[in-house]
Amino acid sequence: MSNQACVQVDHVTFQYEEGADKVLKDISLTVNRGEFLAILGHNGSGKSTLAKLLNGLYLPGEGRVVVCGMDTSDENETWNIRQKAGMIFQNPDNQIVATVVREDVAFGLENMGVPHDEMVRRIDAALEAVHMSERAESAPHMLSGGQKQRVAIAGVLAMEPEIIIADESTAMLDPQGRAEVLEVMHRLNREKGMTVIWITHYMEEAADADRIIVISDGTIALEGTPREVFSQVGTMRTLHLDVPHMAALADSLRKDGVPLPEGILTVEEMTQEVCKLLCPSN
Amino acid sequence: MSIELKHVSYVYSAGSAFERRALNDICLTIEDGEYVALCGHTGCGKSTLVQHLNGLLQPTEGQVLVDGKDINAEGVDRKRLRQKVGLVFQYPEYQLFEETVEKDIAFGPRNMGLPEKEIHERVRRAMDHVHMSYEKYAQSSPFDLSGGQMRRVAIAGVLAMEPSVLVLDEPTAGLDPRGRDRILRIIQELHEEKNVTIIMVSHSMDDVARLASRMIVMMDGTIAASGPCREVFQKRDLLEQAGLGVPAAVKLCLKLREQGLQLPEDLYTAEELHDHLLKLFKEKGGLKGC
Repeated sequence: MSNQACVQVDHVTFQYEEGADKVLKDISLTVNRGEFLAILGHNGSGKSTLAKLLNGLYLPGEGRVVVCGMDTSDENETWNIRQKAGMIFQNPDNQIVATVVREDVAFGLENMGVPHDEMVRRIDAALEAVHMSERAESAPHMLSGGQKQRVAIAGVLAMEPEIIIADESTAMLDPQGRAEVLEVMHRLNREKGMTVIWITHYMEEAADADRIIVISDGTIALEGTPREVFSQVGTMRTLHLDVPHMAALADSLRKDGVPLPEGILTVEEMTQEVCKLLCPSN
Repeated sequence: MSIELKHVSYVYSAGSAFERRALNDICLTIEDGEYVALCGHTGCGKSTLVQHLNGLLQPTEGQVLVDGKDINAEGVDRKRLRQKVGLVFQYPEYQLFEETVEKDIAFGPRNMGLPEKEIHERVRRAMDHVHMSYEKYAQSSPFDLSGGQMRRVAIAGVLAMEPSVLVLDEPTAGLDPRGRDRILRIIQELHEEKNVTIIMVSHSMDDVARLASRMIVMMDGTIAASGPCREVFQKRDLLEQAGLGVPAAVKLCLKLREQGLQLPEDLYTAEELHDHLLKLFKEKGGLKGC
């Protein structure tokens, strides 16, 4: 394992029951320290199973998963692994256990037996990082979905992990809540060097990732930068996925003979390229 | 079947410390055969509003009229009303409970007291509408299906009541692109082929632009805008204020206009924009600077 790699998935095969279909088939991948990795795939592609293998919630049938130097199949390391690789799930309501926000954030720390003063420091820092300090004394059920997910992130952050795995953590949120949560994760990645594994089926959410891995039928179907992956409009569609709106529009115009370059993802890029062709000043 | 809301207000927990006015003097008419998108930020009152459409909630003030009749008046058969105005909640698959898909879908029609033969036919038709093969799935447990399939079975359960108005609260939430497209296609088929009136709560401005004929924007328990999509999408400030965006195509149009490109005001779907840009490109002779 290189210094750069903080998660190594090595020829992993997984099935839920003996004799059942293989959900993951001989998958190998590396996640680098400080990387924002997006994992895309349709429902049933195996992407959530992969997420649960990354912090030892599931153990591989064949192959191995190494997180921060620890093999997930080593039972002695299970709690260390989960402390290093925190996970956030889809449904905000299933992740809140306490009746006050700061107590919810404290939950993991209490279980770890962190001393009181240290706990207070970590909770304050975690709530600050997700911009929820002002709601520290609120009741979680009075928060919006996006705010609840940010509390869940704070709960993970308080454990001072190196990796955060978010498994479709925006699927149940409205557009504003989605934007809030994604923004927090990007900021943690940028400012604190947090390694983020962002699992989603919203294509637009993967556009700012460092790298995208597309899972289909238990294997890695595509891998590359957002620009590389989203240029492959046809392949993405055969994998039952989309591409961001602008990539799709550019692709359809290109097919009709308009000479737009490959790799357009955003409205800004599209504006620039269309202007080169059509704007009066050009 | 038309639905009219006359000065409807609704207050949760009236008289308690948690009193909250979720709807404030709403006036709204939905005509037979419309496809209406209901949009707004979480907490704007849209879910409260849809529960008024079939009498699940009764207005604190005002009236809800279906085909001109006050549905909350005494002596109104609300059970019959709920058959006519079908409501598909958010994450309807959480409400599946029967042993088999067939039994689950048959639950509503059976409660209506229909003869077995009719129930069976309705289950088949409903499964057909949601693209689930009767032969393949009728005897399966709903809990062995994928998330997208479970949602389709739950929708079939409402369709088996053969409603003339279908109200769907974020029917595509949490689904992947394929699941989402399938549900939206099913809704469109019901609208086009069966002339079912559709009222769909949606956060996706791109879906709204593509599908609905009219959109209603709610803000703080009131209707902030209502009209054809192409008109409402012009009100960009209002949409922003309502916590909604505009479709990607509208964003691109705005940016291109800033750069001096002349574009018609009412382009708002990707298809329209594609066609228009292609036309402009051809007019330019297909070559830059010509």
